[in-house]
Amino acid sequence: MRKAYLGVDIGSISTKAAVIDEAGEIVASSYLWTEGNPIGAVKRVLSELEGQLAAADDVRVVAVGTTGSARELIGSVLGAQVVKNEITAHAMGTLSLHPDVRTIFEIGGQDSKIIILRDGVPVDYAMNTLCAAGTGSFLSSQSRRLGIPVEEFGDYALRSTRPTKIAGRCTVFAESDLVHKAQIGYAIEDIVAGLCNAIVSNYLNNVGKGKEIEPPIVFQGGVSKNVGVVEAFKRLTGHDVLVDEIGHLMGAVGIALLAQSSGAEGDFDFAVREFEFQTMGDECGGCANNCEVVYVLRDGEFLDGWGARCGTGIERARVSASAR
Amino acid sequence: MSERLVTFPHMGEYWIAFETLVRELGATPLVPPRMTKHTLELGARHSPEFVCVPFKYNLGNFIESLEAGATVIGQAGGGCRFGYYAEVQEAILKDLGYEFELVNLTSSWSVGEFIADFKRIAPGASTLRIARAFAIAYRKAKALEAIEDRVRKSVGFEVERGAHDRVVSRFHQRLRDASGFRDTARLEETTLGELGAIPLDKPEQPLRVGVVGELYVLMEPFANHNLERRLAEHGIEVHRFVTLTSLIEHGIRSRPHVRKLLGDADPWVKYHLGADGTESVAMTWKLMQDGFDGMAHLKPFGCMPEVSAMSVLQRISREHTFPILFVSYDAQTAETGIRTRIEAFADMLAMRARGRTSA
Repeated sequence: MRKAYLGVDIGSISTKAAVIDEAGEIVASSYLWTEGNPIGAVKRVLSELEGQLAAADDVRVVAVGTTGSARELIGSVLGAQVVKNEITAHAMGTLSLHPDVRTIFEIGGQDSKIIILRDGVPVDYAMNTLCAAGTGSFLSSQSRRLGIPVEEFGDYALRSTRPTKIAGRCTVFAESDLVHKAQIGYAIEDIVAGLCNAIVSNYLNNVGKGKEIEPPIVFQGGVSKNVGVVEAFKRLTGHDVLVDEIGHLMGAVGIALLAQSSGAEGDFDFAVREFEFQTMGDECGGCANNCEVVYVLRDGEFLDGWGARCGTGIERARVSASAR
Repeated sequence: MSERLVTFPHMGEYWIAFETLVRELGATPLVPPRMTKHTLELGARHSPEFVCVPFKYNLGNFIESLEAGATVIGQAGGGCRFGYYAEVQEAILKDLGYEFELVNLTSSWSVGEFIADFKRIAPGASTLRIARAFAIAYRKAKALEAIEDRVRKSVGFEVERGAHDRVVSRFHQRLRDASGFRDTARLEETTLGELGAIPLDKPEQPLRVGVVGELYVLMEPFANHNLERRLAEHGIEVHRFVTLTSLIEHGIRSRPHVRKLLGDADPWVKYHLGADGTESVAMTWKLMQDGFDGMAHLKPFGCMPEVSAMSVLQRISREHTFPILFVSYDAQTAETGIRTRIEAFADMLAMRARGRTSA
């Protein structure tokens, strides 16, 4: 029997999972849309992984790690040994593939981040604050407005010879610029290319502000699949920008590696997807804080809860769950 | 108005010292209700949208206290927008129809004015009584700070979770009842002893992080989403230098203090940045040279002095590869983003430290 480690990265838009063996090689992986239902997405991911592993000989998952914005919820559902933020997970995953990486750009569905590494150690990072300007969800809403599938967005940008200027600071301004430019007759290619430039300059001026961006640079996250944005990054940084075929899996690989190095092991069974998981949200009501408590039930039984500032909220959730 | 009920804004656990102050002056204190989301909602609803968030918390405290029957409000001020809090809040609350008297204790930093202000809070109090009340309250604030300082440095390493909190909550209760200087000093000593007896699992060279920034979000855990504790929980020794008593001492001796800060902040800052800005730079620069692992810089969104300090801090961070976590607070109450950032920051420090020892 070979030991293996499962890493699951549940983002706002997509869910990624990877099973690695003891040598850190990927033996199974999956990537699909979260569709606003992280538990459902994880169940689908698990059934895909199980199918792939059936072909591999005698692999047994001994530890699980979760990352991404739904990491706590899915961590409880899967009984994960390690639950970690996506910044650390991405850094670890990328280092396994590019031990010499010095800069990681990451633009996902709702957030964007930059990680600076020196000698294989993260030394600085930043995340976008407050607003989702210039992230994947902005791109996809604009692609809908322009009537172009988001997958083809990059190709449109590459065909442009004269990118138009679009304000990238704020989504609302960018959108009104976009409408305006379209109405006064700019070619759609030039508008799309302008948008890609705007996203990159917004990123470099906000998330990347004050950071020493040095090559090798690795670009990850859903937006890295957009060649228009990749080209804009190359032009504006003056460096080559690497995009890996499996770049989208780096968070999942990283958290699997962290699960492995934690040394903790437990019984993991793919049959976990047979359970009925139900999540509930409630306001505690114990004091004026009225914490929003979220909890998850497994086959009708209280499994875990979050979001309370003190112990009261979770206790109340437990009681109300068992009273159901 | 029958009875004078004196209230004040919340800031951390300093309510214990404020309560003592009012009581020792011979007036009746009204401790504002415990800070909750509702406090902030109330404050934000009646505040100018773009004012810094401590204003909103203070205003929320005042409204909740006035609703509970307070008739006198004590407020302070500082070298930034904080200097206008008292006047603006008074106007807002009067417009809302509340009847009260607001005393701004820091309208000037002269001893004469100070005493006159206290006499407005407690008419008839003698100067001697005022001096004594202030001194006892000040001593209690010092005791609070000594305990909190110790907790920040060791709570992240406690073997049994909650051991520190148990000691501290008992301490708060007893500090409230402590009658004078000797009582307070004894309590401080026994509490430090109790804290010292808590079993710790602490490495010889723990990670050390300094916390700097704007005074209110530094000292009010509710406003900074418990940042100090969350950092500590990742196995970090947390150091903070801005305290209420440090601010009072620096307020009284402001000119030599600023001169010293500018010396410490050399070569980064030539002119005083206002409020705590210069101190943020000076402390960061000093702690970096002392071999700290990183800093956390906290500010309310739009805080001018700290925004000015930030650009300097970013340069220090870049030129010396020194990790600084920047956090900006507004009226948002979602904690997830802040927790993610703190965790990533702590991971990064741990990885850096491991890299150093293995290299």
